[in-house]
Formats: sequence, C-alpha cells, structure tokens
Amino acid sequence: MRPRPNIRRLRNAEWLDRLRPSSGEGGSQVRADPAGVLTGIHYLDGDFACGEGAMAAGCRFVAGYPITPSTEVVERIARRFPRMGGIFIQMEDEMASMAAVVGASWTGTKSMTVTSGPGFSLMMENIGLAAMMETPCVVVNVQRGGPSTGLPTMVGQADMMQARWGSHGDYSIIAISPRSPQEAFDFTIDAFNLSEVYRVPVFVMMDECVGHMTEKVVIPPADKIEVVPRKLTSKPPEEYLPYKLNGGFVPEFARAGDGYKFHTTGLTHDERGYPVMSAECQEQCVRHIVEKVRLNADKIVRFEEEHTKGADVVAVTYGITSRVARMGIELARAAGVKVGVLRLIVVWPFPEKRIRQLADKVKAFVVPEINYGQMVLEVERCAAGKAGAIPVPHLGGGVHDPNDICKAIVEAAK
Amino acid sequence: MKYWRKPLDIDQVKVPRGEVRIIADRCKGCAFCVEYCPKDVLAMSDKFNRKGYHPPMVVKTGECVNCNLCEMICPDFAIFSVESVENAAAAEHTAAAQRGVA
Amino acid sequence: MSTQLQEREVMAEEHPIAPFIRMDRMPHIWCPTCGIGTVVKCYATALGETGVDLNKVAIVSGIGCTGRVAGYMKLDGFHATHGRAIPFATGLKLGRPELLVTVFSGDGDLAGIGGNHLIHTARRNMDLLIILVNNFIYGMTGGQNAATTPLTAKSSTMPFGNFERPFNLPHLAASCGATYVARWTSLHIRRLTKAFKEAIQRKGFRFIEVIAPCSTLYARLNKLGSGLDLMRFYHDNAEIRHHVDTREAGIDFQSKIICGKFLDEERPTYLDMMHDHYKKILGDKYVRMPPEGGWLHE
Repeated sequence: MRPRPNIRRLRNAEWLDRLRPSSGEGGSQVRADPAGVLTGIHYLDGDFACGEGAMAAGCRFVAGYPITPSTEVVERIARRFPRMGGIFIQMEDEMASMAAVVGASWTGTKSMTVTSGPGFSLMMENIGLAAMMETPCVVVNVQRGGPSTGLPTMVGQADMMQARWGSHGDYSIIAISPRSPQEAFDFTIDAFNLSEVYRVPVFVMMDECVGHMTEKVVIPPADKIEVVPRKLTSKPPEEYLPYKLNGGFVPEFARAGDGYKFHTTGLTHDERGYPVMSAECQEQCVRHIVEKVRLNADKIVRFEEEHTKGADVVAVTYGITSRVARMGIELARAAGVKVGVLRLIVVWPFPEKRIRQLADKVKAFVVPEINYGQMVLEVERCAAGKAGAIPVPHLGGGVHDPNDICKAIVEAAK
Repeated sequence: MKYWRKPLDIDQVKVPRGEVRIIADRCKGCAFCVEYCPKDVLAMSDKFNRKGYHPPMVVKTGECVNCNLCEMICPDFAIFSVESVENAAAAEHTAAAQRGVA
Repeated sequence: MSTQLQEREVMAEEHPIAPFIRMDRMPHIWCPTCGIGTVVKCYATALGETGVDLNKVAIVSGIGCTGRVAGYMKLDGFHATHGRAIPFATGLKLGRPELLVTVFSGDGDLAGIGGNHLIHTARRNMDLLIILVNNFIYGMTGGQNAATTPLTAKSSTMPFGNFERPFNLPHLAASCGATYVARWTSLHIRRLTKAFKEAIQRKGFRFIEVIAPCSTLYARLNKLGSGLDLMRFYHDNAEIRHHVDTREAGIDFQSKIICGKFLDEERPTYLDMMHDHYKKILGDKYVRMPPEGGWLHE
C-alpha cells in the first residue's frame, strides 16, 4: 500500500474567511512580512518547520526554556531572529517564559513559547493569566511520553485534555494538531491568526514524532501568506475601556506605550480592567472568556473527513496517529468493513456537532491515541450513547501497530 | 524643632509659608503627619470623617513652612501643602514687629 | 491659636499626586499606618520631577498588598501572577524596548516565589527598575512567614517565632549583578524620592528595597504597636551608611536598619550586550528589534 503524498497547499482561504466574524471586526488580513518568510522548498523537521511558521506569521518575540523534544523550535528561531528584528530569550524556567510571552504580547508584539509535557504543566498558571487577560499568544507543546519526566525523547499524545483543562478555572482555548512538518508550518501560522482574532492562547499540539520527522516543506512567497495583524483600538485614550465589547466578540486591544494608560489584571475584572470582587462581575467576566470561543466554535472547528458516508465505523484520529491509522483503516477496509475517517485538525474546540451527527448514522467510533484515552472521552460524550466510542490506547514511546487499529475497527463493526 | 543657636543672618532669611489642605474623607487616622511635621502644625482632631477616622487639623495657623513633608509621608494622599502668599505676608509682618521695625 | 478645621472642602483632584493615580479607585485598600502609600507618593513625585514621558512608563506588580500598586497608578499597569512580575516586565521591555518598565511589588512576591526570576534578571542586567517594599511578612494573605522575616519574629506560619534565616536583599541583588542597589525606609521620604529619581534616570537592573510598616500583620503579631510605632522605630534605628559592604546590611528582629545607596555603577544592559554582540558577529545582516516593538503591521 502506497501512502498518499502529504503536501499541504496554502491557507485554506475559505477557512480563513470563516475566521473573520460577520461584523468585520476580526481584523483584516495582510501579507506576511517577507523578512520572516523563508520561501522555497525545504527538507525540514517538524520543529524547524514550526519555527519557520512562527516567523512567517510575524512572531517577533519568543521566550523559551529547553525541553526535549521541543528545543529545536527555539534553536531555529534563535538563529534566524537576529536577522529579522526579533528577540529570542532563553528564560530561567517555563513559568518565566510564559510570563514573558504574556508581557511581550501586551506591547503588540506577537509572542510564542515552546515546550513539552513537564514545561506545559509549569506554564499553566500563566496560561490562565493569558486567558483571563485575553492576551493573544501561541504555545507549542511537542508532546512526549508522560506523566512527569516520562519518556523525554519518545512520542506521546497524552497532554490533549491538559491543553483544554490544564489551568484552574473556566476559560476557553484553541488547540490545533499538525501531523507533518508541512502542517507544522501551516498550522503555526493559523495558530497565530486564531489567537489574534479570538484573543486567546492557542496551542499547537505537536508530538515528538512529527517534531523530529523530516519531510518536504513548501514555504510559499510572503505575498501568498495571509496573516492577521494585531488589531488596535481606534478609540482615543479618554474613551478607551480595555474590556468593553463594543458589539464585537472580543474587546479592542491597546498597546503598552501608546498612551492609553490602561490596567489589566488576572483578578476578575470589569470592562475598565479594574478588579471587582463580586459574583456579578465573575458571571460577566468568565462567561465572556469561555463563550467567545464556545459560541464561535463553528467558525473555528476544522477537520478532514473521508468515506464517512454510509460508514459503519468512523475512526477519529489526530496528529501522528492519523498517519499510522491510515494503514489500519486500509486493512480493515480490505477485510470488508465500511470505515470512514474523521481527522481532527482543530482539536479544541472539539467538533461536537459533527460527532453528534455521525453518531446517529454509525455503529461506533474508534479513537486510536498515544495515551490511555483522552479525546475518546469527548467522542463518547458527544456520541451520547448512540454510537460506541472505542479507545485504542498506546501508552507512549512509539506509534500504534496498524494491526491493532484494524482489529479494533473490525470488532467495532460487529 | 528647637534650635540651640541663632543664625547670624536670621534677619535676612525669608522663611517660606504654606497652607495645609486636608482631604478629610481620605484620611485613615494614621497620624504620620502629626508626628513628623517639623513645625508641629497639626494635631488629630476629634471630628469623624465619613469612614469613622479622625482626620488631622491645623493647630498652629500660619506656622506651616510648605515643606511638603506631610504630603510626602501621608500614605493615603489625604494632605498636602501649598504656598501661601498671605501667610508669608502675615509672617513677615509679625517678624518685622518683633524686631521693632514698624 | 485657632484650632478650627479649614473652612472649605478640599477636592481630591487638587492633591499633587492626582495626575499619577487612578482617582476613580480611591481610597485604596491599604490599612491605616501601612507604608505602601508613602512609597507610591515618593515614586509618583520622582516620575513628575524627572519629567519622563508617562506614556512610555509601564508598571508591573505581582500579588500581595504591594502588588496592588499597579492597579492604583495611572500608567500602563499590569497585575501579573504571584512572583512573575519580573519576567512579565522582561517581556514588556523586550517586546517594546523604548518602554521604561518598573516592577513594584513586595518581598514575598519578588524574593519568595519570585526569587529565581529576581536573581536571573539581575544576572542579565535587564533594564528594569525594581521597587521592592519589604514589610517582612506576607501581609495580604494574613501574615505568613516570608523570606525576609527576621529570626525570632512571629508570623502565622511560625507562631513560635521564625527560625529560618532571612535574605539580605541588597546583598542578594548586588551579588547577582544589579547595578544600582539601595535601601531606604518609608520614613526617608526625601532620600527615597531622590533615589527613585536617580534610578529612573539610570539604565540596567536597579533594585531599591523600601522597608515599610505593616501594622495589621507584622506589627500586631509581634506586638510592636501600630505602623506609627514602627515608623518611630525606623527613626531611631535606621543608620545611613552609603556604599557599605552589602554583607553587613542584614536585618535582625528589631535591630538597626542599614540604609543608603550601596551600589551605583554603569554596566551594559542585556539589550546593549545583545546589540553589540550581534552587530559584531552578524554585521550588516543584524536587524535590531525596533524600539517601538516587533512587526505589528496593518
């Protein structure tokens, strides 16, 4: 069986249009800064491609701490940033890295950090700060075997739930899962664009396999790459309120140093950005930071479907497992099972609507993951008993044996 | 403060004069201003402000030298002094009278 | 002598600090006889007298009583997470190098949970002004032991007296690479204001520790009276010794407090060193982060 070539083209223009809300307030797109775009055909590993994507998206501040298998992302950036006006700083720990990313983002500079499981856990408090302050930023997690120190150099996908629920309290985030170096490039640009539109931390949930795999990466010319720039308020300082919605679904941004003299805090705050310790304020403040993503999920959600029409079983896959699962699916198909695939691209918000629709029509979902079963729980929740949700766990350190996936699919079809 | 010597040029020195302004409702009654005013111009009053604290009051009118110490030391931004031309004029007049000049 | 109160109502806006303070949030939450307000007044005065562009000043505070300062000052203010004010400020400074970034936070926040960030950022000589208000305790959360609580002092988590050695903060800051190190108390209003003015006009990692009274927790738990009694204590026990070896600047419980400017030197900042180095290595290929910040563009 020959694997299909996996060369992604550019931005999905229709998807980018969906990012723009109908009120037109989401920010115009502009062409990427050519200084950051390494146009050409490259042979890059996923980590390097992710770094290139960040630079193409206009990221100019990166604070990071070394952690296998993510370090190559910042190593690439450290090499290229001084030639394009960016600053990379290796901070003393991951908590400092995330704090610096949030701080830098408030100057209007697109900021990113990069980590893996243990660092992800450390960053959680400041990820919550970014969510609460509505700070656009990107966090790349090149997942490895966990928990704790786990398997530093080997693959895992066990941080998926943590991406959604890792910090305390209620908030929404967006998480994207690339499955190839090309997608690592493309989706990192998408991650920056999404974070600008929704003013939310966006996670690029890679894994060690994709991060350390070297493949062809096509980087288009800068004028073919659309990025969403930081949208600044047009109001004068006397009228500006940092968290007033003004009919949009996110408040307008003001940069530190532009004379707005605004205040922002991780405490529950009102539209002036001042802390207000009351249940009413909590209701408004928290409801907003959850719903700005939740109520716009249709615009954000993205997945690829194949052969789901008339299928008895649908495999829900993401990341490196989506590539490995192809073989298992082909084998199952050869054995006579009508099996479709739903490959998650945006993992959070989860495509609840589509899963609910499919649950009416299929016997079961099969969810292979390199963890004990995380996204399968979401599938199960959305299927609501109408279809089975069968996990195919691999606890980490390697990818699945396609035969295991095939077996699970065949079982599920019975 | 009490000086133990009399400066030789005391007749030529022009001491600035100020007027204390108190934002009574901001005061939390800490008494730093009373304690550290170099001219002992203030004392805690018996009046209550809106929050139930005793704000200070000026007990030596015309003695304030506009040093701004109360303004700097007040943690609640409730007191400050401004230059007072009339107090300066009044002080000059008193000093002249004391020296025996009409 | 007349003893009447003044005749007319003084408007809050007339107070000289009004342009620097969010008037709509007054009165602030600090306790009666707390020293933080005094430090804020000295800082605001210094900002006014040095004439810096207030639009370009950013202030970052952490969590705690002193952590509330950022919320009360009329500057681009950030109330970050506990201990992380310094790296947050680093991000602000590197994201837009023309900003004058001040970190204004307490001893628990900056030297306790934030200790690691304090030492590394000093090591890098990041161009930040750190104002650390030291009341020897974690005030906001109810009076717990801090990294600066003197030996034998009582706190809610050391109810029988502290047996853990505290930090000597000027020594810590100086040994980690700070270029301006000073300690004053909130009683030393003139010298503190002057120190702020000096520090505002310098570059590099500037560290000013201000000893301030905490009446509700530190003074009460240690039966030291009120904040006014602590101020009287500072009056009688503060010793000004400029440029003394910082090793001798440790503070014991109710001991003398060595104040002064301990260190004032000029050394290239993080950004200076970065620019010089890249220019040397990369020559014309080096593109600096512009002072107004990274590529933003519409």
